[in-house]
Amino acid sequence: MELTRRDATIALAALGSGGAAAVGLRATREADEGERGPDRLDDDAVVSAMVGLAEVLYPSAVSGVEPFVETFVTDRLEREGHGEALRATVTDLNELAVAWHDTAIAELSPSDREELLREAGADVADEVPDGTTAERVRYFVVNELLMALYTSPTGGELVGIENPQGHPGGTDTYQRGPPS
Amino acid sequence: MTRRPVAGADVCVVGAGPAGTIVADRLAASGHEVVVLDAGPRFDPDDRIRRQERAIRPAFSRPDVWDGDAERDAYTSSGEKGYPLNHARVKGIGGSTLHWQGMVMRLHEDDFNSRSERGVGVDWPIDYADLRPQYAEAERELGVSGASDNPFAPPREEPHPMAAFPPSYSDSLFAEACEELEIAMHSVPNARNSESRNGRSACVGYGTCQPVCPSGAKYDATVHAEAAKRRGATVIDRAPVQRLEHGPDSVEAAVYATPDGETHRQEADAFVVACGGVETPRLLLLSESEHYPDGLANSSGLVGKCFMDHLFAGMGGRLGEPTRQNHVGFLTSESHQFYDDADETVGPFKLEFFNYAGPSPVEMALTGDDWGDELLDRLRANYGDHVGIGALVEQLPSEDNYVTLDESRTDDHGNPVPEIHWSLDDRTRRTIERANEKQRAILEGLGAEITWQVGPENTGPAYHHMGTTRMGTDPDDSVVTPQLRTHDLENCWLVGSSVFPTGGAMNPTLTIAALAIRAAEAIDSSF
Repeated sequence: MELTRRDATIALAALGSGGAAAVGLRATREADEGERGPDRLDDDAVVSAMVGLAEVLYPSAVSGVEPFVETFVTDRLEREGHGEALRATVTDLNELAVAWHDTAIAELSPSDREELLREAGADVADEVPDGTTAERVRYFVVNELLMALYTSPTGGELVGIENPQGHPGGTDTYQRGPPS
Repeated sequence: MTRRPVAGADVCVVGAGPAGTIVADRLAASGHEVVVLDAGPRFDPDDRIRRQERAIRPAFSRPDVWDGDAERDAYTSSGEKGYPLNHARVKGIGGSTLHWQGMVMRLHEDDFNSRSERGVGVDWPIDYADLRPQYAEAERELGVSGASDNPFAPPREEPHPMAAFPPSYSDSLFAEACEELEIAMHSVPNARNSESRNGRSACVGYGTCQPVCPSGAKYDATVHAEAAKRRGATVIDRAPVQRLEHGPDSVEAAVYATPDGETHRQEADAFVVACGGVETPRLLLLSESEHYPDGLANSSGLVGKCFMDHLFAGMGGRLGEPTRQNHVGFLTSESHQFYDDADETVGPFKLEFFNYAGPSPVEMALTGDDWGDELLDRLRANYGDHVGIGALVEQLPSEDNYVTLDESRTDDHGNPVPEIHWSLDDRTRRTIERANEKQRAILEGLGAEITWQVGPENTGPAYHHMGTTRMGTDPDDSVVTPQLRTHDLENCWLVGSSVFPTGGAMNPTLTIAALAIRAAEAIDSSF
C-alpha cells in the first residue's frame, strides 16, 4: 500500500499543521536558520533521520515512506514549540547513533536503526514530551511517526478502517459493511 | 481584554456552560444588560485540532485536553464510591459541553412523577407537558439531529431540526439479535449537525467527539456565548466568582478574581448561578453570612444534598467478524424499551449500542513495545470485531450523597474545595444488574464472546451532576421554585442540572437547556 504526500497532508490536517503546509522545504529551512538552538541538526538532517527511522517503524506493506515522512515532518518542524523539541530530540538520538554506531542515523542500516531505538529505550518508554531521552524519543520520533501513519486513511486501511480516529473521513464509512 | 465590572448591569450570570449562556443569550436578546463570568478561559477554536492530538496521545490525560488545572479544580472524594470529578468537566467558555458526548433525549413523562408513578424519589413540581414547549425550543437552539422513530419517547409536536444520523453497520448486526428478543431499537437524538446549519459544519467524522470536536459540528455552549456577545452581552473569562454578596432578601454583587490578582464586584439587579451540580452548591456554601449561616439560599438545608449521577452499566466482547467500529465517535441506536418498566425496586435505564467498541487502532499503535510488521499484526489481531452495549441507570436522590466544602483543603484562591460524598443504593445496583441481563441476552443472541462487563461492583458515573439545589414548591423541601428562583432570595436564580429533583436515566443537557429557557422567561418577566 503506497503512502503519498497527500496522505501526509491529511495526517497534518488531523493533527495540527505548523500553518505552512504548502510552503516548500527550502523556505522552511531558511526560516529556521536563526531559530535553531546551538548544535541542532538542520532540518534536512532531521527529515532524513525521520525517514530512516520510519522505514523501521512502518510495516513492510507500505511504500512511499520518504515523501510521506518528508511532507509530514517538515510541517511539524514548523509547529510552534513542537518543532524545536522534535529537532532537539532527533539531535540527541543522532548523537547516540554517532556514539554507539559511529555514524549518523541516516547512514545506519535498517537493523542498526532499530537497534538504536531499542538501545535508547524508546520501545519500552512511555511517551513524555518533556521527559528523559527515551521518553522524548518515544514521543517525538516513534509515536510521532506512528500517529502520522495510523491517522491517515492509507494507514487505517492496513488495519481495516478507512476512517481512522483523527481523520475527518465523513459519515459514510461507519454505515458500510466490510468489503466483500 | 478588560475584566472590569460592567456598570448598570441588569443580569449577572455565573458560569458559561449551556445553562448560563442560553439564559444570557435570551436576556440579552430581550434588551437587558448582561454580564457572564466564568472561572476558566476562552479557548481559541483554532486550537481544537491540537486538542484532538492530546485526546489521542497517551501522554495526556482527559483533563489535559481542555487545560485542566489541578490546583484550580482541586476536590475531595469522600464517599464509599470514589468520584473522579475532573475526568469530564471543563472550566471555560462553553463549559463541559466542550467535552461532552452530545446525546440529547427528553426525559420521559414518568421521570417528572417518580414518587407518584414509581413509588420512590420525589415528584418534580412541573410535568412533562409544562416543559414540552421549551424542549422543542431547546432542540432548535442546540441543533438536534433526530427522528421520531422511538416508540417509547414522550409525545412530541414537531420533527427534530435535522434528520437523524443513519444507523451504523454494527447497528444492523444488533438489530437481528434484538428482533429475535423482541427488543426495539431506534435512533439517537444527537446535538451534532447531520447537515450544515447556522454557520456550523456538518459532522465530518473525526471520531473524537468526546473529548473534542475539531469541526464544531457537535454543539457546545460557545455557540450561545458568541450569540449572547453579538446581542450585547459581556462575557468575561478567567473570572472565578469567589462569593455572592447579599442582604437578607437579595444578592447585591458577585465578587470575582482576575488573573492580575485583582478582585472586583459585579453588581446587577438579578443573578443567575449556572455552575453545574458541584460548583453551584459550592458557591452558595462559600457565600455564607450572618443572614445565611449555613450557606446562601440554604434555609431548607438542602444545598449540596441529594447529589445524583447516572451510573454506567456495560458489556461487550468479540464477534469473530468485522463490526466496523471507531469510524465515528457517536451513537446511532438505542433502546428505551425497558425504561418505563421502572418501579420502586428497579429504576429506569436505557440501552446504547456502541459504534466505538474495542480499541482505536491509532491509540493502540501508540502503546506497546512493538513496531513495524509486528505492530501491524497486533493491530489487526485486536481491531475489527468488537461489539459493546452500554446503559445509563437512574440513581435516586438521597441525603447520604452530597457536595459540601472540605475546609481542610483550598483551591488556588484559598477557598475550600468541593467534597463529593457518593455511594450507590440497592435499587441502583439492581437496575445495573437488570441492564446487564438485557445486554448479555443481546450479545449471546448475537453470538459474541463476552469479554468485559461493567456491573454493580465496577460501575462508574456518567458525569451528570444533578440534584444539589433541587426545585420544588415547598421552601422547606427545596432550594428553588419551579421557575428556578431561590426561595430565599428574590433576585437569584439557579439554572442547570442541580435543580433536578430526580435524574431519570436520560442524558441531562436537553433538560438543562429547556429549563434554562424556562428560567429566562421568568427572569425577563421579573423586570
